[in-house]
Amino acid sequence: MSAAPDRRPVPHRTGAQPALVAGAGREPGPGPVLSADSGAFCVHSGNPQLSPRSVCHMRSPSPAAWIRRALSTRRRALAAAAAVVVVLLAAGVAGTLRPAEPDLRTEAALITVRSGPSGDEPVELDTTLYLPPAAAADAPVPAVLLAHGFGGTKESVRADAEEFAGRGYAVLTWTARGFGRSGGQIHLDHPDYEVRDAQRLLDWLAARPEVVTDATGDPRVGVVGGSYGGALALLLAAQDQRVDAIVPMITWNDLARSFLPEQSGEGPEQGVFKKGWAGLFFGSGGNPGPAPLGGSGPPGGLAPGGGSVPGGSLPENAATTAGAVDPSCGRFAADVCAAYLRIATTGRADPDAVALLRRSSPAGKLDRVEAPTLLVQGAADTLFSLTEADANAREIAATGTPVQVAWFTGGHDGGDGPKTDSDRVLHLTVRWLDHYVKGEGAAPADDFTFSRIAGFDALDRGLVATGFRATGYPGVDGTGQQPVSVSGPAQSIANPPAGNPAAISSVPFAGELSSLLDGVAGDIPGQHARFESAPLPAAVDVVGAPTVSIRAASPTGTAVLFVKLYDVAADGSATLPNGLVAPIRLEGLPAAVEDAEPVTVTLPAIVRRVEAGHRVRVVVATSDQAYATPVEPAVYSVALASGAVTLPTVASEPIPTDAVVWRWVLAGLLATIAVGLVVVVAVLRRRHRRRESRVHPAYAGVPLAVRELRKEYADGFVAVSNVDFEVHPGQVVGLLGPNGAGKTTTLRVLMGLTQPTAGEVYVFGHRLVPGAPVLSRIGALVEGPGFLPHLSGLDNLTAYWRATGRPWADAHFDEALEIAGLGTSVHRKVRTYSHGMRQRLAIAQAMLGLPELLVLDEPTDGLDPPQIAEMRRVLRRYATGGRAVLVSSHLLAEVEQTCTHAVVVTKGQIVASGPVEEIVGESPSVLLEVTDPVAARAVLDRLAGVSVLPDGDGQLVVDTNGTARSEVVAELVRAGIGVDRVVPRRRLEDAFLALVGENSRGSGDR
Amino acid sequence: MMAQTTVEPNAGDSGGTPSGAAAGYRPFATLPFRAEFRRQASRRRTQLALGFMVLLPLIILIAFQFDSGDDDNGRGEFGSLVEFATSGGLNFTLFALFVSASFLLVVVVALFCGDTVASEASWGSLRYLLAVPVPRARLLAVKLLVALTYSALALLLLAGTALLLGTLRYGWGPLRSTVAAELEPGEGLLRLLAVLGYLAVVLLVVAGLAVLLSVSTDAALGAVGGAVLLWILSSILDQITALGVLRAFLPTHYSTAWLGLLSTPIQTDDVVRGAISAISYATLFWGLAFWRFTRKDVVS
Repeated sequence: MSAAPDRRPVPHRTGAQPALVAGAGREPGPGPVLSADSGAFCVHSGNPQLSPRSVCHMRSPSPAAWIRRALSTRRRALAAAAAVVVVLLAAGVAGTLRPAEPDLRTEAALITVRSGPSGDEPVELDTTLYLPPAAAADAPVPAVLLAHGFGGTKESVRADAEEFAGRGYAVLTWTARGFGRSGGQIHLDHPDYEVRDAQRLLDWLAARPEVVTDATGDPRVGVVGGSYGGALALLLAAQDQRVDAIVPMITWNDLARSFLPEQSGEGPEQGVFKKGWAGLFFGSGGNPGPAPLGGSGPPGGLAPGGGSVPGGSLPENAATTAGAVDPSCGRFAADVCAAYLRIATTGRADPDAVALLRRSSPAGKLDRVEAPTLLVQGAADTLFSLTEADANAREIAATGTPVQVAWFTGGHDGGDGPKTDSDRVLHLTVRWLDHYVKGEGAAPADDFTFSRIAGFDALDRGLVATGFRATGYPGVDGTGQQPVSVSGPAQSIANPPAGNPAAISSVPFAGELSSLLDGVAGDIPGQHARFESAPLPAAVDVVGAPTVSIRAASPTGTAVLFVKLYDVAADGSATLPNGLVAPIRLEGLPAAVEDAEPVTVTLPAIVRRVEAGHRVRVVVATSDQAYATPVEPAVYSVALASGAVTLPTVASEPIPTDAVVWRWVLAGLLATIAVGLVVVVAVLRRRHRRRESRVHPAYAGVPLAVRELRKEYADGFVAVSNVDFEVHPGQVVGLLGPNGAGKTTTLRVLMGLTQPTAGEVYVFGHRLVPGAPVLSRIGALVEGPGFLPHLSGLDNLTAYWRATGRPWADAHFDEALEIAGLGTSVHRKVRTYSHGMRQRLAIAQAMLGLPELLVLDEPTDGLDPPQIAEMRRVLRRYATGGRAVLVSSHLLAEVEQTCTHAVVVTKGQIVASGPVEEIVGESPSVLLEVTDPVAARAVLDRLAGVSVLPDGDGQLVVDTNGTARSEVVAELVRAGIGVDRVVPRRRLEDAFLALVGENSRGSGDR
Repeated sequence: MMAQTTVEPNAGDSGGTPSGAAAGYRPFATLPFRAEFRRQASRRRTQLALGFMVLLPLIILIAFQFDSGDDDNGRGEFGSLVEFATSGGLNFTLFALFVSASFLLVVVVALFCGDTVASEASWGSLRYLLAVPVPRARLLAVKLLVALTYSALALLLLAGTALLLGTLRYGWGPLRSTVAAELEPGEGLLRLLAVLGYLAVVLLVVAGLAVLLSVSTDAALGAVGGAVLLWILSSILDQITALGVLRAFLPTHYSTAWLGLLSTPIQTDDVVRGAISAISYATLFWGLAFWRFTRKDVVS
């Protein structure tokens, strides 16, 4: 029986991993390190600080250019985005893995101290001093004495030591006597041994130049510890006034009461032996082999009490220091060992054993504590209950010393508790030390804080605790009491012989979930009595120790009973909060329950919300696996003495967490988005309206005016430059040029699909920009048809018109369908259409609504000759009545036959423009193929005004110069010359071919 | 060629409106929500995706009929969702959502949102919509709204069908799980709706990503697949605990926070954080999508 064995697993929070990485970083790596940066592969020497001397081999002068070439323009943006993500992630990973801890100095030493009753027994203590980087003789820092839990060593608290050292404290950790490499035997926080050892360590700290002293030999020091270490902190503060503040955690007030509890008000001599825990502790301290414990450890993130590494360094030092170990006592001092053996054998404590345990207890000594005390106690703790902290708090506060109490959801059963809770404990501890030791920060408020398991964290798959605070410490009786009626008949229950089988309420160190979920609790039929309430009308937040009054009868006159309070859900599943039970030993009982005196039982203090609709169940059982029970079988009778169980409550408020902040952040985010959206829409709408309502007076009546248009694509390719033309009402204008001349680019700009690099386009005087409303007066076919393949032709047209949002009557579907000429095929799906059919449908779509300007890109593409002829007529007719048509084509004949005006472009520039007659109309020259060119030439030379242009191969190019071609032919025939062919020549044909024909491939897709 | 001339508002306009638009044309009446809704409704992929949402609960239901009694359906606090799936309509619905949330719904949302602009671009019909002209911001806004509507519809169809089938088959009972006390059917239904709401919010990230990709490419498959791929990447990174706090910035980090809505009392902390994360990401992605789409050259 001793204090908490804590076997915290290897510290997993801040310490271990960064330190590992830091260690690796400090030592130059054995070989070169390959890293990829900025596209080149660099060979660094092992030490990153030498990177300027790194050797980098670039694969190309500009990796960025290389990548750019490798990727198409469109993909570049995506690739860049991906690269940004990768870089950010890489930076994040590097940032996370980089050692965050500043360089703490640590000094490990074996310190020999003299203690014992006369203060002259030397013992070697294994210590480590953690010094923050700033600590020096001329800049001393306050100190923290950090004690570990039972069964641990100084290594158990390393993570916490680093935490405090990182916050500017010199932290001294040591392995308590009887553990690890330290010498001596375990005296259970004996004032003459363990406590005096700690006093000598205070002397040692005071002698360190890096530590602030209040007076010579009096260091500025706080003492922090959990469980075994927590009791040490209390006892040290009671024995040595040099201590400036203490934070004892999950520890005892009266060790005798903790191991021999009796909840009907009797002392430890009448207590029921907590054999499960006691055996564990005795085993972990006395066994020279590895500690028999495994699993999750006790408190705290902070774990001041601190965990131990199971097994620690016991084997070796057991051999070196203990020499010939008594196999029944291990490293326990003889008196402690003997007391344990007596108690464990009988299940009862004799006065000597109680006195020995009381010697190791803060109870009765705490009136001497002057150091402000923060008591942290765990609710999930079947070893040292919340009541222990309550007793400590009352004793210390009685002398006016500042005391605060914090309950958290961990403990010897619950471990660190949820992360939110361990963070809260750390925060409270640091605040306490900062104020009372370092002298920084305001005096901590909130006399009492506690937390309750609020549910599961869906992300971490762990528990979530909600913190509450109250002003004034209410104790375990609460600030209010709510009686809840429970009922049930008197019941007879059997005590099993030798306590087997026994109910299971908790399993020491079974892990935090076992006692919180109802999986473990189990009562044996016939061995327990139940008394149950009606479903609660409203939820009750129980904070503190409920009480219930019972009567019991026993044929032997005595009974050991276990009283428990279950929370029973509507579906019947019962939960025993934290596996806590109240053992009682009753004596002088009558044989009949009617004759029994009422006994008030104080149930263990809990923090729990009993939901509305749940029942409260009081169970009285005869056995519990964790306790020693009478060996003899017996049958008891139990009944309720009063019909109510009293549930304590505490007036408290939730501690605001960042969750509240996040809720505000969410609200703020939504509001910001809403406001931002409204502002952006308003601004854009206004800007559009202003721009759209402007009219260029010179072009007000002109369907289309293109002014100095230039389009340069992102890769520097100039598609069109200086394009300048107008389309007037009644005109059919042909945009003529070879493939890739820039026609399509021009039309794209016209349709607002692309932004021009320079120049303007005006439609009826309105500046044309992407999405300009004036586009609604243009019908277009650009770059081929675009239809929804799964819809019929007719559905496509209606879907299109529906998208315009304009009245149905304006569409003129009948005219459009007539032009499309698809017949019944208009009801077939577009994906079944031929190229020509789609083309006709696209032209029909462009004509929907009879726009004032029709823009058609290669309209006859895919059409057969009769359809082409029909299309020409349609377009000519369309342009009458004030409308205008712009047609692009690479076919000279097409433009010649369809258009009234033509604009010839090549390589992005206009080479000619004007009426078609002027550009592509027939010229006065004619090409003749005759049987006798020489004679013909002679004949033609005689004709007035007719001249023969030089040519060869039996062909004559003749400039008729006004003379009718028939006249020229008749003249030749009359002269007996046979005329095979007469071909009229066009004026610009030669020029056109010279301009565009020789290199009609253009320079790419314009 | 042309001398600089003064530009006067409203001078010599022949279009009947100040903006010079054709009669009856109003920019904010173009591409009405209903028109776009019908456009999408006529598509096979829409019908198939929505149909599958109806079919999936049926398939699960049939699969449960083959129950061999060997209940080893995964462990952990939330393994109970699987164990309790057949305990009532609400639990069945929860199970259907549980198995769909991490992938199927992501794909469906990515499909509706990623396909919407890219498919028009690939058909060539996008340029005719822009030539109507449907203002680009409006085009994207309407398409986004319609895509979101279909996504919500898919979610509701899945949950609704599962609730209907589950209730018919397993009855109308309380919502059960080991993390919470049994929830009364009414309360359970509310929790279920809250779960649906949170799922919808989380999926906004997928919607944002898909829309952003959709305006960046003409390949509908690329937009849909890209969004799903990035989502999976984020999920994988979220498994790597070495990333530490960085994981909280991953869009998928809070994607399972809806499980907290099932516990008693209800856990909303991660839900709130998840909502902040999702809305921030969605806003960012949509902002980029609008910024890009209103400026890009449509050359497809």
